[in-house]
Amino acid sequence: MSDKTNIILNINGRDHAISVESRRTLADAIREECGQTGTHIGCEHGVCGACTVLVNGEPVRSCLMFAQQAAGKPIRTVEGLAKGDEMHPMQRAFMENHGLQCGFCTPGFLMLAVGVLEREPEISDENLIDVLSSNLCRCTGYQNIIKAVRAAAIEMRQS
Amino acid sequence: MTAHTKGSGTTWVGRSIRRVEDPALVTGQGRFTADLPAVHWVRFVRSSVAAGAIQSINAPDGAGIVTATDLKALKPIRPMLSKFNYVAVGQPILADGVVRFTGEAIAAVYAPGKDQAEDLADQVEVEISETTALIDSMDALADGAPLVHDEAKGNVIVEGRIKTPGFDDVWTTAHKVLRVDGRSRRQNATPMEARAGHAAYDASTGRVTLTCTTQMPHLTRTAVCDIIGMPESDLRVIAPDVGGGFGQKMSLAPEYVLLVWLARKLRSSVAWTEDRRENLIASFHSRDQHVELEGAFDANGRLLALSADIVANVGAYSCFPTTCGVEPLMALAELPGPYDVRAYHCLSRGVLTHTCPMAPYRGVSRPVITFVLERLMDKAAAAFGIEPTEIRRRNLIDKFPYTSATGLVFDDGSYKETMEMAVSAIDLPAFRKRQQTARDKGRYLGIGFATFSERTGYGSPAFAARGMAISPGFETVHLTIDPSGFVEARIGASPHGQGLRTSLAQIIADEIGIDPEFIKVVHGDTDRSPYGWGTFASRSLVLSGGASLLAAQKIRAKLVKMASHMLEAAPEDITLKSGSAHVVGTDRSITIASMARAAYHQAHIFKGEIEPGMTEIGSYDPSGTFSNACHVAIVEVDIDTGRVEVEKFLVAEDAGLIINPMIADGQVHGGVAQGIGNALLEEIIYDETGNILSSTLADFLPPTAREIPEIEMHHIETLTGNSITKAKGLGEGGAIGAPAAVISAINDALSSFGVSIDEMPATPQRIRAALRSSGKLT
Repeated sequence: MSDKTNIILNINGRDHAISVESRRTLADAIREECGQTGTHIGCEHGVCGACTVLVNGEPVRSCLMFAQQAAGKPIRTVEGLAKGDEMHPMQRAFMENHGLQCGFCTPGFLMLAVGVLEREPEISDENLIDVLSSNLCRCTGYQNIIKAVRAAAIEMRQS
Repeated sequence: MTAHTKGSGTTWVGRSIRRVEDPALVTGQGRFTADLPAVHWVRFVRSSVAAGAIQSINAPDGAGIVTATDLKALKPIRPMLSKFNYVAVGQPILADGVVRFTGEAIAAVYAPGKDQAEDLADQVEVEISETTALIDSMDALADGAPLVHDEAKGNVIVEGRIKTPGFDDVWTTAHKVLRVDGRSRRQNATPMEARAGHAAYDASTGRVTLTCTTQMPHLTRTAVCDIIGMPESDLRVIAPDVGGGFGQKMSLAPEYVLLVWLARKLRSSVAWTEDRRENLIASFHSRDQHVELEGAFDANGRLLALSADIVANVGAYSCFPTTCGVEPLMALAELPGPYDVRAYHCLSRGVLTHTCPMAPYRGVSRPVITFVLERLMDKAAAAFGIEPTEIRRRNLIDKFPYTSATGLVFDDGSYKETMEMAVSAIDLPAFRKRQQTARDKGRYLGIGFATFSERTGYGSPAFAARGMAISPGFETVHLTIDPSGFVEARIGASPHGQGLRTSLAQIIADEIGIDPEFIKVVHGDTDRSPYGWGTFASRSLVLSGGASLLAAQKIRAKLVKMASHMLEAAPEDITLKSGSAHVVGTDRSITIASMARAAYHQAHIFKGEIEPGMTEIGSYDPSGTFSNACHVAIVEVDIDTGRVEVEKFLVAEDAGLIINPMIADGQVHGGVAQGIGNALLEEIIYDETGNILSSTLADFLPPTAREIPEIEMHHIETLTGNSITKAKGLGEGGAIGAPAAVISAINDALSSFGVSIDEMPATPQRIRAALRSSGKLT
């Protein structure tokens, strides 16, 4: 299993030239080879969604994708949401609506919500809850997460 | 000097200010244990069987492996209680000769990378000769059952009894006796971050730094050092950002002991990150209990007496520090809950089985006893032909202080008031009409009420009363104004998502007249924080908040004295606000920052009348208080599938003075969601041989955004004399009331079938089985 391949992961606009085994998950590669630890690992079997990142603009569970599958594709993680000191509307909305407590699932929720709203800005409330039900949070009871995403959706549509 | 304030003109306490914790967490700058790099990665080889004798352990040549043979010098984990017939069994750090539950660590392997460590663990061959596994507590209690630990006869590890004087006489006068056989299945707290530890040896000092996902950093240091036999000053324990604990991260993980031992042996850094399967099978479980409860009522529906037989399946070992007595003994003491009942008889036992050890989980026993007691009340309401709210109205405590049948003293609360608030907010008559209309169309709606008390904010006397060798309790806060005028509060409590830094800053800000943003709260590092007990049992805001207030009062007194000196005014004419000390009725003032500078750099000006520096210590160790609430659930049950949808959830709560309403409500929301999961979804399932069938999150099912409705919140603030900040704790309440409310609502929905769901979780299979047994399904 020790044969490694040289690939380039483009994370938040920056290329990371890394060497990984075929079995290396994207989540592990982002965290360990590229040092971007904002992406969290909660279950490694695709249920909790804590490791959600955007690949080609689509939310994916980075624990279910091999690093090599993402080579050369644009990857966005939580570290790339803010522009300098200016936070993304989704980040602000999570703070203003108390959409986080321990903060462990938060990066995954932020990337899931941003990815979906960029693709479907006019998503209905009903479908939004369906989408958000793909990630698990153990602290908030969800209603403040839903409230935060709705607030951010309005702001994202306006900007 | 600039005054450190925005000059709000109102108190900071009571306002929903944004959390200081959030900016780092939403930008990916949170620092969790698994983020740390290490030289060696550790993987545990775990037992694939529930009970047996280890015959051999074989690892590939040259592999880095540790087994019990290497750990002979280490003491076992042996939590102590000196009461309740407790048997102090020991848990070795790695299984020593025998295994007692599926998932018990048998060996630890280490390698330069996580993947390599996993590969290596897969190559370790363990031969175990399997013996009979006891999975169900009733089997463990049966005559002739094999023993999980030889020293615990009959597999009973802890046993408490209470029988109030004259109980039998009261019982015989009863008009009606009603019974509930309640069962709460085994659950797992499931924090989104599983457990993790990282131990790094520092060759220059010989010290080890253990960074880990603990709710109790100081006690983790004490425990690890006791077991290994090393001075506490040689170990630094850091709880960095912790991704939820809910009690599971309160108990000592044997894995952390191994990591510290190994870091010292290798003179290097070692790390372990638990995977989800390990968390589900081998971290601590909870809840698994049978409660047989009988209530004796008079002809008017007044509860005269309660009789209970509680059996808690505590698993294979006792957890440190609370011991496995935590669930059965809290149930013993608190089962009568919010009801005025004078006669009480209870036998509560903790029973050993070959299952993962049980430990505290949010709510600790009260989700179970509340569920069973509320079922009894609902059955009584049905038997007396009155509304469930009316039976509660007749029995809830309404005079304070109230001394319970078990000797607990309830301070001022609002048991009836919160229920009436909930009843009027939910509009019960309107619901009953809607329920009837729906019923006529073949739709089954139900409403459930749960009233409960939540014992919170108790210090060391409460734990000592249990006979614990280690009695958690007091909290200490070191409060410093530094020479730049900024404030640092170093606290012993160790929050993990509760927003405590923000709430404590609000309390301190009001006392010393400075904005919360200039106050930094430091926690979770034994090198930086005073000895404290951590965050659990709905205690942090009460205890650490109280200690913060006491420290701030001392700092305030010092500031007033200094201002009096520097402004040449009488102390009683000085007020502190907006970051400055002011002389009342004049325009004379001085900033707190200037005074802080003087305290350090111009100490001579005080001529020895005021001590140099600016640090004060507050310690708080109260007897405790009680929060209370009424939860209401409205559900719809699909009788064809057994699926339950929670349509509406309402909470009327009294947690004393609310420091930060946004944070307080958030705590309740989270607890309710876990409670709904407890009621409907979450179950750790063992087969009869002890194999776990729910080892992924596709099998063990925490609720999602789909299952949790919006939660309507109502508050009453009863100010108690038992908490100096007037705040009562509220961390667990959501999880305590919600299961009972949901199960009550299901039973209300199914009332026409004549069935009773007295088991949690009420899965579709259980509901369908009950409906089929009614013979009324068409």
